[in-house]
Amino acid sequence: MAAERQAQVAATVEFEHVSKRYPGTQAGAGAAVDDLSFIVPAGKICVLVGPSGCGKTTSLKMVNRLIEPTNGRILLDGVDAASRDVTDLRRGIGYVIQQTGLFPHQTIGENVATVPRLLGWTPARRRERAEQLLAVVGLPPATYRDRYPSQLSGGERQRVGVARALAADPPIMLMDEPFGAVDPIVRERLQNEFLRLQEDLAKTILFVTHDIDEAIKMGDLVAVLQLGGKLAQFGTPEEILAAPASDFVARFVGADRGLKRLSLSRVRDLALIPAVTGRTGDDVRTVRDRILADPFHYMLLVDDLNRPVGWVHQEALPADGALVESMTESMSPLLDPRTTLKDALSMLLDADVQAGIVVDAAGAVLGLVTAEMIAERMRSGVAGSGA
Amino acid sequence: MRADEPLLDWTWVGSHLDDIAFRTAQHLALAGIAVAIGFAIAFALSIWAVRNPRIRGPLTAFAGGLYTIPSLALFAALVPFTGFSILTAEIPLVLYTQQILIRNIVAGFDAVPIDVLEAADGMGYSRRERLSRVELPLAVPLIVTGIRLAAVTMIGLVMVLTLIGDNFGGLGLFIKEGIQTFFATKVYVGAILSVTLAVLVDLILVRVERRLTPWAAARAQGGAAVTSAATPARA
Repeated sequence: MAAERQAQVAATVEFEHVSKRYPGTQAGAGAAVDDLSFIVPAGKICVLVGPSGCGKTTSLKMVNRLIEPTNGRILLDGVDAASRDVTDLRRGIGYVIQQTGLFPHQTIGENVATVPRLLGWTPARRRERAEQLLAVVGLPPATYRDRYPSQLSGGERQRVGVARALAADPPIMLMDEPFGAVDPIVRERLQNEFLRLQEDLAKTILFVTHDIDEAIKMGDLVAVLQLGGKLAQFGTPEEILAAPASDFVARFVGADRGLKRLSLSRVRDLALIPAVTGRTGDDVRTVRDRILADPFHYMLLVDDLNRPVGWVHQEALPADGALVESMTESMSPLLDPRTTLKDALSMLLDADVQAGIVVDAAGAVLGLVTAEMIAERMRSGVAGSGA
Repeated sequence: MRADEPLLDWTWVGSHLDDIAFRTAQHLALAGIAVAIGFAIAFALSIWAVRNPRIRGPLTAFAGGLYTIPSLALFAALVPFTGFSILTAEIPLVLYTQQILIRNIVAGFDAVPIDVLEAADGMGYSRRERLSRVELPLAVPLIVTGIRLAAVTMIGLVMVLTLIGDNFGGLGLFIKEGIQTFFATKVYVGAILSVTLAVLVDLILVRVERRLTPWAAARAQGGAAVTSAATPARA
């Protein structure tokens, strides 16, 4: 979808030896941001992550020049941000902050239409745009348009904040802990919604968080910053988890980085084991031969649409006759190909079965996945298709 | 006062309605001029102070200092320069409004949440746009609180202007005359009307504030509880 849009939906963001030092701090020591260089390609989410005081918010604010760099340049599609008119620059960059910064004296509709108003859009066009965006972030315009921010929940306010940042369709978005002030359940939902939204929007996004799990989940690219504003590592989440560049990065991503990597891969990334299947009425003798040839010694009974009904163990088979449903003795968890390996492993361990059954959207069997396969994947050096 | 005199001589009241209306209007005008001019000056000074934190301390100290000067002394000090003109009446009143208004206007701007300001900057508001469209509307509740306090205080203070001359007496003139002639009705008319005036003006300003801040009503049904930068009552 992104590719069908015009070219100007996203822009590259390039940090070129960017430093920020505050007056009074000695050269070389106490820099807020120290010689930061990296490139975020157009349409990608780059997460700046690190402990507090690592300069991640400072780095973000240098993009829209709320803070001016001491040295270095920030190029937006090759153009130095410092060379542009500051208000023009900011109106072209979406900005979302943790406390939302919604205007308490304006309705939700007016809040969303803030930048369009600054840009001089007509009232009719602003109104139309605000309603469109409220719908996009899951807030029915008829219900929310005329309310004030104080009448909304924390999660709803964050959605309004995102809608407001998107109002003038900026190629670049800056998000400073946008989901940091809501409870974990709401945060998870907002994260998922935003990732789905981004599949269509394909904005270039700089996203600040102190939460490594959020960084891994949200980022196409992750910049790990350490105290003193130094870039400790820059790469895909997969690269950072598989090969931390330093002790600091290894400690920051945590001892469970193997498990975390599992959340980056999905069931569809594995080569599934084909299941031995049979239908009600099949001849028991031919079925037995197939079961014995299979390492599991189990057969999966399926219905006419190839949807799983239950497992049949070879010992449950009579000498001859036809398969009937009463021969089934157990069932496994059904997995969607999009399930992360972390969730799949957890489901397998919970259900205490050898194999999970992977089914497609219609519920038809695609194959089997085992805990051993997932563990193998975790041990292997570099897992295949990452983000 | 004679013992058999009624508390209020309604015959006198009935035959002096014109006089009562004129002095009430004059009282309101004298207080209104002080608040209007005082607000114009205080607003400009407050904006200056909000933008230049260094002058805040000296400015509030100066306004506070003005407020401590006794009103009679100030009127007396002005007479050699401005005579018994309206300037002698209004200059002290305007000066006294400054302490009340500046404190509340500055507090109003201070009350604007920092994240709101950051969001406004980040979205590309110019400084002027931010002031007029974001900071000013959000400062309105405390600014109106300041105006209410100033208005009520000035309505009280206009009572003493009658000491400068009968031309600027307002309702205070009734009290002065009532005392001089031992006529209680005049004293009561002056006192009751001035209190009524203060209460009415305050209620009207509360209404104005609600009109200006529909969003605040949406936030809290807490009523008209006045939160203000406290200013001691002035007599």
